Amino acid sequence: MPNQLEVRHASVRYGRQVVVDDVSFELESGVIGCLLGPSGCGKTSLLRAIAGFEPLVHGEILLHGRQVSRPGHTLAPEKRRVGMVFQDFALYPHLTVGENVVFGLRGISGKSQRQRVGELLVLVGLSGLEDKYPHQLSGGQQQRIALIRAMAPRPEILLLDEPFSGLDVELREQLAGEVRAILKREGVTAILVTHDQLEAFALADIIGVLGSGRLRQWDSGYHIYHRPADRFVAEFVGQGAMIPGRVLAGGRIESALGTMSADFKQQHQAGDSVELLLRPDDIIHDDESDFKLKIVGKVFQGAEYLYTLSLDDGTELLCLVQSHHDHAVGERIGVRLAVDHVVAFPG
Amino acid sequence: MSPVSKSILLSLMLTFIAPSLSLADEVVNLYSARKEQLIKPLLDRFSEQTGIKVNLVTGKADALLQRLQSEGRNTPADMLITTDAGRLHRAKAAGVTQAVESKVLRDVVPESFRDPDSHWYGLSLRARPILYVKGKVDPSRLSTYEALIDPDWDNRICIRSSGNIYNQSLVASMIAANGAEATETWAKAFVKQFARPPKGGDRDQIKAAAAGLCDIAIANTYYLAGMLTSKDQAQRDAAAKMAVFWPNQQGRGAHVNVSGAALTKAAKNRKNAVKLLEFLVNRDSQAWYAEANGEYPVRTDVEPNELLKEWGDFKMDRLNLAQLGLLNPDALRMMDRAGWK
Amino acid sequence: MRPTASRFPWPHLSIRLNGWSVTVLSLALLLAVPVIVVLSYLFEPAGEVWRHLADTVLRDYVINSLLLMVGVAIGVLLLGVSTAWLTSMCQFPGRSVFEWALLLPMAIPAYIIAYTYTGLFDFAGPVQTMIREWTGWGYGDYWFPEIRSIEGAALMLALVLYPYVYLLSRAAFLGQSICVLDVSRTLGNGPWRTFFSVALPLARPAIVAGLSLALMETLADYGTVQYFGVSTFTTGIFRTWYGLNNAAAAAQLSAMLLLVVFALIILEKISRKQARYHHTSQRHQALTRFELNARQSVMAFLICSGALFFGFILPAGQLLWWALTTAEENLDSRFLNLITHTIVLAGTASLLALMLALLLGYGKRQQKSWSTLFAVRLAGMGYAIPGTVIAIGVMIPFAAFDNALDSWAREQFGWSTGLLLSGTLIALVFAYLVRFLAVSLQTVEAGLGKIRPTMDEVARSLGTGSGEIVRRVHIPMLKGSLLTALLLVFVDVLKELPATLILRPFNYNTLAVRAYELASDERLADASYAALTIVAVGILPVILLSRTITRSRHAKSA
Repeated sequence: MPNQLEVRHASVRYGRQVVVDDVSFELESGVIGCLLGPSGCGKTSLLRAIAGFEPLVHGEILLHGRQVSRPGHTLAPEKRRVGMVFQDFALYPHLTVGENVVFGLRGISGKSQRQRVGELLVLVGLSGLEDKYPHQLSGGQQQRIALIRAMAPRPEILLLDEPFSGLDVELREQLAGEVRAILKREGVTAILVTHDQLEAFALADIIGVLGSGRLRQWDSGYHIYHRPADRFVAEFVGQGAMIPGRVLAGGRIESALGTMSADFKQQHQAGDSVELLLRPDDIIHDDESDFKLKIVGKVFQGAEYLYTLSLDDGTELLCLVQSHHDHAVGERIGVRLAVDHVVAFPG
Repeated sequence: MSPVSKSILLSLMLTFIAPSLSLADEVVNLYSARKEQLIKPLLDRFSEQTGIKVNLVTGKADALLQRLQSEGRNTPADMLITTDAGRLHRAKAAGVTQAVESKVLRDVVPESFRDPDSHWYGLSLRARPILYVKGKVDPSRLSTYEALIDPDWDNRICIRSSGNIYNQSLVASMIAANGAEATETWAKAFVKQFARPPKGGDRDQIKAAAAGLCDIAIANTYYLAGMLTSKDQAQRDAAAKMAVFWPNQQGRGAHVNVSGAALTKAAKNRKNAVKLLEFLVNRDSQAWYAEANGEYPVRTDVEPNELLKEWGDFKMDRLNLAQLGLLNPDALRMMDRAGWK
Repeated sequence: MRPTASRFPWPHLSIRLNGWSVTVLSLALLLAVPVIVVLSYLFEPAGEVWRHLADTVLRDYVINSLLLMVGVAIGVLLLGVSTAWLTSMCQFPGRSVFEWALLLPMAIPAYIIAYTYTGLFDFAGPVQTMIREWTGWGYGDYWFPEIRSIEGAALMLALVLYPYVYLLSRAAFLGQSICVLDVSRTLGNGPWRTFFSVALPLARPAIVAGLSLALMETLADYGTVQYFGVSTFTTGIFRTWYGLNNAAAAAQLSAMLLLVVFALIILEKISRKQARYHHTSQRHQALTRFELNARQSVMAFLICSGALFFGFILPAGQLLWWALTTAEENLDSRFLNLITHTIVLAGTASLLALMLALLLGYGKRQQKSWSTLFAVRLAGMGYAIPGTVIAIGVMIPFAAFDNALDSWAREQFGWSTGLLLSGTLIALVFAYLVRFLAVSLQTVEAGLGKIRPTMDEVARSLGTGSGEIVRRVHIPMLKGSLLTALLLVFVDVLKELPATLILRPFNYNTLAVRAYELASDERLADASYAALTIVAVGILPVILLSRTITRSRHAKSA
């Protein structure tokens, strides 16, 4: 059985500017993917190319095994069976909630339509709002209506373009979880576009990080965080510090924190200098440890403190510590590494 | 589509495509600068008598002339009527008219009121005398248009703007009589005599004089006649305060212009058009002009109406009116330079 | 609303020849033909006429036109904005009547209000005569405002043009998010402070749009200024064209006028752009109007009834008085014909203008290249050009086309086609379209602006084709704008005179032509029937218009 979505060597251009550059990935049925990246990285253009709003200058896109885009041919969006949710929701002000939801339903009876609307409203917990107009709803409600409107015709794939950016922060996190649950319950294949990694982690099964139009990594959230493919991904996703190290014979690495094994991102020889990525959770506070570092900054985060620690050579590290370990800035605390396998980039 | 909406659509389409087509065989198509209400009754009478239908478009003379020119040899118009000889001359100069040799016309229309080459004929005369407020002005002190720059009349004259063709014609006739230089000097002095900056039409000058704003108004006689027979008491009262003075009686005579007509070069209904032209100068028609509009007949053998007779006989400026057309741009520039608004 | 478009930069400065841009360009070029014809006279040497104009009258034309514009601008802003604010945001007795009645002056052609005011307030008119009779004063003994002056002309134009500003700023006030006004009120600002510090700046784009419409009408006005003896560009163009018999110099004057229009359009565009940032909140609640106290209510009532009285009741009353007492007019089948002709013309022209505006508006929306933008601007240029100039610009190419076709047919088949288009209603309606397209175009564009691009994209992703999007999304959302565009053009054509006069076919008169013929023969009273009928026919669409706007409030965008 073919994959639900296949993107092969896709490139999109605006004028002379290449905004999506040779991107390839595949998405299986029922999986929620996410395109993550800073603004201007080309993620929305890629999404619009999948929807059929932007033509490809190179490569191809297949939906359920059927080629829908190639250079010189772009199947119209209305013929692709894709559902799309926009960041401004784009609900029709002249239609009621019910009418908005059935907008894309065709060829089925009024009774079936009403039934589907009912189902979907139950799904998002908004039963009984059929006859309201969009302007009578709250932002979160509007968002959910936009979602079920896109889902109503049971599209091959659901595309969500920054669907939570119009909402306030708490609502965003709550909705991201809810939306994932809804999509999973309906078994919908979906792609989300966002610049917010927490949103991506909360919603997606698989994440693609885009930078400057190129797909840097297509991987699970865990791997993106702990096994970033390149320095761009490492820096864009999560917090952390880079410390210098040197390659020893046998491929292990020596640094101020000791010797450890590493994932190398390029060819290496003994004696090469490299930089090691250390996430805050890679470094554990341990009073027993002999390895003491000076605290130069701290941020209270509720359950935890995020300490900034300084090595003797001035390199700084981040360390997450349970918040009942309250130490003062200037104090030296003992730490140890929780990993013996780190990511090494060329130094 | 329902039959009803079909027929509505069809009739709408016909309205748009074929409004100028007439089913009657005998027609004459007329472009007229005379207002509909001042020509239609005569045309209706013509149709009654001859069975020839007259199709009419009215408009400003210049625009109608422009229309004739751009339509060229395919123009539907057979005849052009204007209310001033200058425009007729301009039409002739533009090459859109043709000569009409007709004994009837030649016999009844005096020479100075028709084109030397028979391209156009005058139909009615419009005189532009000096009107004064009875009791406030001693008519013996009035003499000529030229003498209106006399200090006597300082700040006492009402006249409309120089944009108006009647004033342009008047000044053109003075250029023809006195030369450009003398007329320019006169125009500059004349403007200083105005009681107020020119505004409104001829009737407004009469009303202003009657109300005491000025003592002398320059206006065409038929406006005064129109006011005297108006349904509006105020207009009748105002007009009754005024008297007519015929200027330049010792010299060339009072300024007159004509309304006139010419056949278009491309006339397709030439015979009918000539018939209409001849009809317009027959006795009945000529009398109608005077009766209905207070104009003077162009024929010498038709009496003007009672009202016009009251104002007395007068000597007309016999300048060939084609001159008015030739000198019109000069006159207008002169008035611009003189500051005549 | 978020400026989503900025993230998808359109390819500027490149011509994409697809169906839309070809349609838009060719339509716009067709509509621009009259303007181009007039402008082509620019290249004919005008000779020393320019020197003459510069030495004598040009200064007056420029100064008077500018003064007139300033005067009209002040007038329409004062009248239009104040009444719009009062009727949309305040509660006082009579408000619901004023809401629609304030649009009534729109139904009165400017030259007709000029006739009536002259009839009433001129030196020889009843008002001054009465003053003289009571006091025994004579000319020069007392001061009375001179109605036939440049100030008078500005007043006349302002009285009938303020509804444009009223209409657009009222729509803006009603569309403003109530939150911003509430914020102002919670900060302790009363109605007045809220008005000046919040509502007015927010409504500015709409006000400027209305103002530019009024000013373009002012520039194109011929009847009023000519009657009042005020020399402006328009009267100058006619003097030069006909009096001096110099078409080239006249066209060059027209071109100068066009420059001013360009400036106005740019001004309007600039202020329109800012409108994007203005809708901060997406939510609207039922509007609560300011309750005015007794003294304020009286003031509000006086302001609104003043505009209504001087702009409509007084002139219409004068017309009615003339019609009842002194007018001579046979209300026979011929008069009935005038009415049908007028309505058929206005109806056809407004429908066609609407369709064209939709085509152009969509073209621009689909294809935001500089060429379509330019084309759409070009098509709207006719609004500020005097009707006569447009008529001549229509007449010349139509006749040239007809004659060329005729020559060809004669050569090929020995058969004459005659004039196919010249002298038909097609030519006349075309002239109306050139002249008034800007009105419907502006309204339709404003309406289209409310349909965000994502609304189309959602529909397409839901399997909806272009035609269906128009039917199911656009038409319902545009309904109000479409009706407004239709009615505005209808009323404009109803009043149109100069182009009608020049281009109409044989035996085809309209109410405006009849009113003009009688009035220009200085029979103002006799013209009253036709003038009054224009007003009567215009009232219904004007009232409909007002209802459309009030309704649109209830279906505001989410």
